[in-house]
Amino acid sequence: MSDLDAFRAETRAWLEENCPASMRTPTPVDEQVWGGRDAVYKNPDSKIWLDRMGAKGWTTPEWPKDYGGGGLSKAEAKILQEEMRRIKARIPLLSFGIWMFGPVLLEYGNEAQKQEHIPKIVRGEIRWCQGYSEPGAGSDLAGLQTKCEDKGDHYLINGQKVWTSYANEADWIFCLVRTDSSVKHEGISFILFDMKTKGVETRPILLISGESPFCETFFTDVKVPKENLVGRVGGGWEIAKRLLQYERVNISAMGFGGAGSTPLKDVAKTYIGESDGKLADPDLRARIADHMMYDKAFGLTVKRSQEEAKAGAEVGHTASIFKYAAAKLNQNKSELHIESLGHQALGWEGDGFSDKELRATRNWLRSKGNSIEGGTSEVNLNVIAKRVLGLHDHQ
Amino acid sequence: MAFVLTEEQQMLRDAATDFTADKLPVSALRALRDSGSTDGYDAATWAEMAEMGWSGVLVPESYGGSEFGYVGLGQVLEAQGATLAATPLLQTALIGASALVLAGSEAQKSDLLPNIAAGELKTALAVDEGAHHNPTNIALSATKSGDGWALSGAKTYVLDGSHADVFILAARTSGQAGDTDGLTLFLVPSDAAGLERTPLTTVDAHAAANVSFDNVTVDADAVLGAVNGGWDVLEPILDRARIGLAAEMLGASDAAFKMTKEYLQTRKQFGQLIGSFQSLQHRAAIMFSEIELTRSCIAAALSALDDNANNIAELASLAKARAAETLHLVSNETVQMHGGIGMTDAHDSGLFMKRARVLETIYGGESFHRDRYASLNGF
Repeated sequence: MSDLDAFRAETRAWLEENCPASMRTPTPVDEQVWGGRDAVYKNPDSKIWLDRMGAKGWTTPEWPKDYGGGGLSKAEAKILQEEMRRIKARIPLLSFGIWMFGPVLLEYGNEAQKQEHIPKIVRGEIRWCQGYSEPGAGSDLAGLQTKCEDKGDHYLINGQKVWTSYANEADWIFCLVRTDSSVKHEGISFILFDMKTKGVETRPILLISGESPFCETFFTDVKVPKENLVGRVGGGWEIAKRLLQYERVNISAMGFGGAGSTPLKDVAKTYIGESDGKLADPDLRARIADHMMYDKAFGLTVKRSQEEAKAGAEVGHTASIFKYAAAKLNQNKSELHIESLGHQALGWEGDGFSDKELRATRNWLRSKGNSIEGGTSEVNLNVIAKRVLGLHDHQ
Repeated sequence: MAFVLTEEQQMLRDAATDFTADKLPVSALRALRDSGSTDGYDAATWAEMAEMGWSGVLVPESYGGSEFGYVGLGQVLEAQGATLAATPLLQTALIGASALVLAGSEAQKSDLLPNIAAGELKTALAVDEGAHHNPTNIALSATKSGDGWALSGAKTYVLDGSHADVFILAARTSGQAGDTDGLTLFLVPSDAAGLERTPLTTVDAHAAANVSFDNVTVDADAVLGAVNGGWDVLEPILDRARIGLAAEMLGASDAAFKMTKEYLQTRKQFGQLIGSFQSLQHRAAIMFSEIELTRSCIAAALSALDDNANNIAELASLAKARAAETLHLVSNETVQMHGGIGMTDAHDSGLFMKRARVLETIYGGESFHRDRYASLNGF
């Protein structure tokens, strides 16, 4: 038996033993686990599953063991993923710390910062949020103005962030601040602080979907210890860009869509009916087929990109299209979904509409943000045109 | 499924790209068109391609080929798509060879495959009878005649039909037009008595013909595969052809896009390179994204053929539809972004657009494959 076969056997046995039965079912939205100091576990098995996986470092399989990670090789991590899929195990922890912040801290952080923060991310003890966008710095992120002054033994932060995902539920923030206003990119630093620090205030923003996943976040004379600055003073833009790469890769790998939901074609069949084995609305049928093909093409391109990366090719070319394509895909899917539901997609709440129907309506509204958040589609196209195709601005 | 080429496949790709750039540039197609001949290909260049081994990429070694596989052949098809090259590669090296490998008797294989590999025999698939691709809607009849069969009916827009030596003919031996049952494939020599071909002058200047069969008689051993079981061979052959066409379309999309991008980087208006205008930058970026997404579909489909995977039909429709949508967009934008010069016959934009529509239409356009994809996915 090869080492990998042995690893697969051990992993399978461990998962059999340690993954609670209720964690082998699709995750309802209200049982998603984001961890953190104030986490509430609607299903107690979620907490057991998180603790067991966290203790093994398998919430972050490829992170180094020294910081609590799984220390697995790529091949082993793939086996773990396959074995989890085999028993339909839930993802134990959803986390901006895992997807975005952890990877850059491992790359740019000092030893003390890594020892302090990485293990808590792995175990889901601290929930992180991202302080990037500001009212005046959206697509032009480097125009951010949140001021960070060196007060000798500490930094003093004043300013405002916006579109801070789940800031009201987060424990800590990784934040872009301006340490020098005389230069643009070189005046940005990357800093970490506790959201409980005096002077931090969050206000949820009500979206068109009726939900509040984002906040406005205000900083008024927030004192931050000097050791919380990551990298060098004025070196934050490089870290910020690196983090955005992880964010975009993550968005493209996960897609925007909710996994495990009923396939669009089946929703359409249920609500529209069939004629001679075909969806009864031929126009919608063609558009759903077209969408499914685009979806398949996208999935194949993600795979191709991964294979090419493994083979050592430059990945930037294909990766640059993922954010743009993923947004288009999910928006199109959401539109087709509510079109399939007809009147039943036109409810807001209450009787007369099922939970799934109401969810579809809210998802449709929420999906409009996909082409705005994390870099608008227009900015994505600018980036492709300039960096990949070499088309330049006016002289 | 493999998305990264092996070293040998990459070498073949490079060789094919060099060859088509050198021997079959777009100007060669233009010259072929302007010659007024309806030959539809250059025999001397095809002989060189056969010399390179490309006519025998799918032919087993025991019959004189290299058995190098579909991913390999796809690289050559993509390269010839990039220069709009008119060659028998698709009809003979892909369709003819794969049809014989899939369904040929030992006698048929020994008789034809070595000649295909040597570039000495060209085949053409004769399937459609109307204005739209509809491979079950076959009325051309085959009736028993002595020990053999008598064939009567007509086929339209048969690619390479004007010069092929042997037709792979889809005929009806029982049932009604529209049935999948009751079809039979025949190998019919082009010089058979009663067979008449009318070469077509096509928009893309590639070879095609209408072919009529007036009581053409063939022996029993002309049947390819089983009598009444033709669909079981025809559908896999068509899927191979569709994937091959998609590879050609990818090459054409890539080349037209490259030509357009270079124009955006050199043409000036209002004192600026037109590629600095955001409306054109975004459309160029969208084209690039579409091409990259399509490239993955074609790589997956070619690889599935080599793996003999169980989802070839689905991947063939995916590849053909996606490639058609992409090439349609890119060919239209190529003319538009070149402006007035793109409307002139002297510029290559028009050649790309004309070839694009032929490639899009053959063996099913977007709507055909969307419909098929939906059916294959059970809705």
